[in-house]
Amino acid sequence: MIGKKDLEHIGWLARIELSDEDKEKYTPKLNSVLDYFSELDKAETEGVEPTYHVLPMSNVFREDVPTASLSQEEALSNAPKNQHGFIKAPRMM
Amino acid sequence: MATINELRERIHADSSEEIVAEYLEKIEKSKLNAFITVSKESALLQAREIDSKGHEGPLAGIPIAIKDNISTKGIQTTCASKILTGYVPPYDAHVIEKLKAAGAIIIGKTNMDEFAMGSSTETSFYGPTLNPWDTKRVPGGSSGGSAAAVAGGEAPVSLGSDTGGSVRCPASFCGVVGLKPTYGVISRYGLISYANSLEQIGPFGSCVRDVATIFDVIAGHDPRDSTSVNREANYSSALKNDVKGMKIGIPQEYFGEGTDKNVERSVRDAINTLEGLGATTIDIKMPNTKYALSAYYVIAMSEASSNLARFDGMRYGLRTEDSDWHTTFSQVRAAGFGDEVKRRILLGTYALSAGYHDKYYLKALKIRTLIKQDFERAFADVDVLIAPTMPYPAFKIGEKIDDPISLFLSDVDTVPVNLAGVPSISVPCGFTNGLPIGMQIIGKHFDEASILRAAFAFEENTDFHTRQPEGS
Repeated sequence: MIGKKDLEHIGWLARIELSDEDKEKYTPKLNSVLDYFSELDKAETEGVEPTYHVLPMSNVFREDVPTASLSQEEALSNAPKNQHGFIKAPRMM
Repeated sequence: MATINELRERIHADSSEEIVAEYLEKIEKSKLNAFITVSKESALLQAREIDSKGHEGPLAGIPIAIKDNISTKGIQTTCASKILTGYVPPYDAHVIEKLKAAGAIIIGKTNMDEFAMGSSTETSFYGPTLNPWDTKRVPGGSSGGSAAAVAGGEAPVSLGSDTGGSVRCPASFCGVVGLKPTYGVISRYGLISYANSLEQIGPFGSCVRDVATIFDVIAGHDPRDSTSVNREANYSSALKNDVKGMKIGIPQEYFGEGTDKNVERSVRDAINTLEGLGATTIDIKMPNTKYALSAYYVIAMSEASSNLARFDGMRYGLRTEDSDWHTTFSQVRAAGFGDEVKRRILLGTYALSAGYHDKYYLKALKIRTLIKQDFERAFADVDVLIAPTMPYPAFKIGEKIDDPISLFLSDVDTVPVNLAGVPSISVPCGFTNGLPIGMQIIGKHFDEASILRAAFAFEENTDFHTRQPEGS
């Protein structure tokens, strides 16, 4: 069961600010889904390998040859804040 | 609803510009809310260019609608989210490059559940899309706009994406054909990721041939997607009205409790039709199906929590008032994502967090192996599996949206396919109270040819796909 404190911590990990109203509203819904997920415990998976990807592919390599990319103007075209050809981030502290 | 072949004749006789203008007018007058953005000017411009060049390419002058999570250069792409409102991609997705090279004309971007998270198109920031068969009902989701556009005659063909049924569900609810290809057959370059190990782009059309035609154009290797496979195939050549000797498996678990009686009857009738055409049938057991929904949602939400971390208001999208680094990101995401997206990111974050990773995420991946093995065992004995696409016809708008579990349960027959990465096609196979019913034909990895052939033979011998909602 997730309590309000847990939800606050998860919200921080996920970088989603949650209002008191959000916490009130989400807690029962999240718990009902987690309750449903307890179904997983019933499956016998001793010795079963996990499947991350369905196709037997790994380490797809290519030659390290540069190709055309977005121009600086294109790359910045959607950035809400930019200055002197850079994306402007909020201050760190 | 016009087919590609019918439109080709009209384009040669008249012009692509005329056809495109007709569809644009239809969209403009429509109340379905199937589109988020209509690219009227660029579509007409493109049509005039193709008319002047003499209609070269397999889709020369054919209009197509694109789900709004597929990047289109110069055309707003929002994922039906507030956080991406106003975002104009500076590049085309691989499938869009392929469509343009084939002469197709992008007429607009279709509505969807926000970031493809849903089965009803109700979580869109732009409001729900209505089902053309009954406007009080949902069109299914998450590619609801793409399916409703084809059913409502607002586009002859369209693209969607299918993470856990998001092409097949709306195809079923709207009475059109929708294909989810084998994982890796279509490049995901330019598809805005929700759950990248599960999703594939897939085409919608009013008939199997149109779906195969689009599929032939957009499939193929792309080095920009490291999961893209390199295989040559001609899917249209698989369309033969012949299922003699085809072995059909009927997975018992897909006709379980909760399946509407009329849906079950229609699908069983459809199987009988194929038997009458020379196919043989056998009952199949897929015992791990009961774990598929939980495993699917754990994996999808976990992948989503990682994939959607990119939406931070820096490079694109909504930006709120600046504070410090972490607070700004948290506020951007609080303001930009809708409730369902937030809940899924939160649950995915929880499932991956220290202390819960093995209990949820790793366990779900092990169950994924068991489900994949169920399919491998089944396909040792049969060529295709046939089951209902959805356990019931389209439900009412608002009916399930407040109960997440009830909405999840509607995906019970579609999610196992994504966990195993196999291909599946949904085709219309009946009606109940005026609402379409879809059956899904599932194949083994890379055997789209068999499911297309079964779907085509069924279509050639029935007329469900020719029925149209009023006003389309």
